[in-house]
Amino acid sequence: MRKQKGLARLFALGGRIRAVEFLGIAVAVFAVLGLLWFATTAAGLVRPLFLPSPGQVLSRLGELWASGQLLADMGISIYRITLGFLISTVIALPIGILIGSYRGWEAAIEPFVDFIRYMPVVAFVPLTILWTGTGDAQKFLIIFIGTFFQQVLLVMDNVKSVPRDFINLGRTLEMPEWRILKGIVLPSALPAIWDSLRISLGWAWTWLVVAELVAATSGLGYRITTAQRFFQTDLIFGYLLILGILGLATDQAMKYLGRRLFRYLEVR
Amino acid sequence: MAEPKLSVRNLGKTFISDRGTTVALEGVDLDIGDNEFVGLVGTSGCGKSTLLSIAAGLETQSEGEIRIDGADITGPGLDRGVVFQSYTLLPWLTAEQNVEFALRASGRSSAEAASIARDHMRLVGLTGFEKAYPAELSGGMKQRVAIARALSYRPKMLLMDEPFGALDALTRHHMQELLTGIWEQHRLTVLFITHDVEEAVYLSDRVAVMTNRPGRIKKIVPIDLPRPRRYTMAASPEFQALHREVMDAIRSESLAAAGFAEALE
Repeated sequence: MRKQKGLARLFALGGRIRAVEFLGIAVAVFAVLGLLWFATTAAGLVRPLFLPSPGQVLSRLGELWASGQLLADMGISIYRITLGFLISTVIALPIGILIGSYRGWEAAIEPFVDFIRYMPVVAFVPLTILWTGTGDAQKFLIIFIGTFFQQVLLVMDNVKSVPRDFINLGRTLEMPEWRILKGIVLPSALPAIWDSLRISLGWAWTWLVVAELVAATSGLGYRITTAQRFFQTDLIFGYLLILGILGLATDQAMKYLGRRLFRYLEVR
Repeated sequence: MAEPKLSVRNLGKTFISDRGTTVALEGVDLDIGDNEFVGLVGTSGCGKSTLLSIAAGLETQSEGEIRIDGADITGPGLDRGVVFQSYTLLPWLTAEQNVEFALRASGRSSAEAASIARDHMRLVGLTGFEKAYPAELSGGMKQRVAIARALSYRPKMLLMDEPFGALDALTRHHMQELLTGIWEQHRLTVLFITHDVEEAVYLSDRVAVMTNRPGRIKKIVPIDLPRPRRYTMAASPEFQALHREVMDAIRSESLAAAGFAEALE
């Protein structure tokens, strides 16, 4: 193998990177983009209506924080995504496990789930409002429709990837079917299922904001819609940043938890 | 010969799928005596793993009979321990817990399981690695845990499906020595599948050679080398002659399987 000297290894196929280098590059990109943003607005190249300065955005966020508005908006949105995501996950897990384990159930359920999955979630918004009004239930429903069907298919794949010899091992030990499922298949698929949940949680954020943008009287998405009406571009930018941070934070938290839960997979 | 431990009569296996039918085994006859170590060699795809799967009860034969201690094999069971080529250690359990897992499944109490597991970790030379997770073990170590696990619940016979196939040559030699050592001390009935002729000759009491698909037993070569066996024996003329005999039987099969028949024969 060719030996990569210095930083060249960072940009070689299959090259290695140290954690501190990774973090350094990631932070540097954020800093450069932030600086570009600052420079563009400071030079007056774009009208503040289209692109407010970082300072304006931060001071707007500060105002909203002081008044408690930001926290209230975040609170209601986090409440909605937590519950919506939990409802979806709790139902998707058993179904995904079922159709991943038994081909008969797969034949019965998978094609239908796949069919619904291809329907654009946004197109369900009018229907969900018709069914449940514009309250929290409609937000849960949109998050559910956007997340559930994907989760079922992801979990199904995770369960299917359990090595066949693991199941055969259980058979040679004369374990009953349900014990093979509970004692071998599930623990074996769990790390991959955790990853699927982490990925689907990212999508759930999108569906939450979609639901709040269209019909809501509270929440981060709702505040963005009203801001547009009053040309408060700084608020839109601020809330977009908040959404990005919340998404990134939950993702990193899930990743961290996963590493803690499945420590046995790492070579110490 | 006394009543065989495993008896295979006119065994056939045909796989039927949407893409057509494949005859994997046809008219297989094989007897394995009590405490006998039989190596089964054949080219890849000749059906030797299928035969092992049927013996393990994980597949059913299409025709013929297969019996253990005179009773038809109708499914998997604790009377046969299986060692798979893929190590099949459960990654969330430590080495010792993997052995205990099998013991608990076979109905032992947890105290009993713990003590038997410890003994078997010692048997395969892994004292000190009881608390290691599979991810921390080398391939050879993982397979030693798998062997310890398969032996732990005292099956009547051990079915090994190319257990050392994924290991590097040096580790493979160590594993072969370890396995003969255990076998010579504890005496077990073993069916050992491999495509490594030297491995088969070194380990076995008899080596059965299979034909290409559909697999049949082409020849059975008794290996009357003295025991205990030592790796230095591989250089002896007796070993070389037996190696040659098995190799000759398998060579025409492997040439045909690889499409070399006309070029090299």
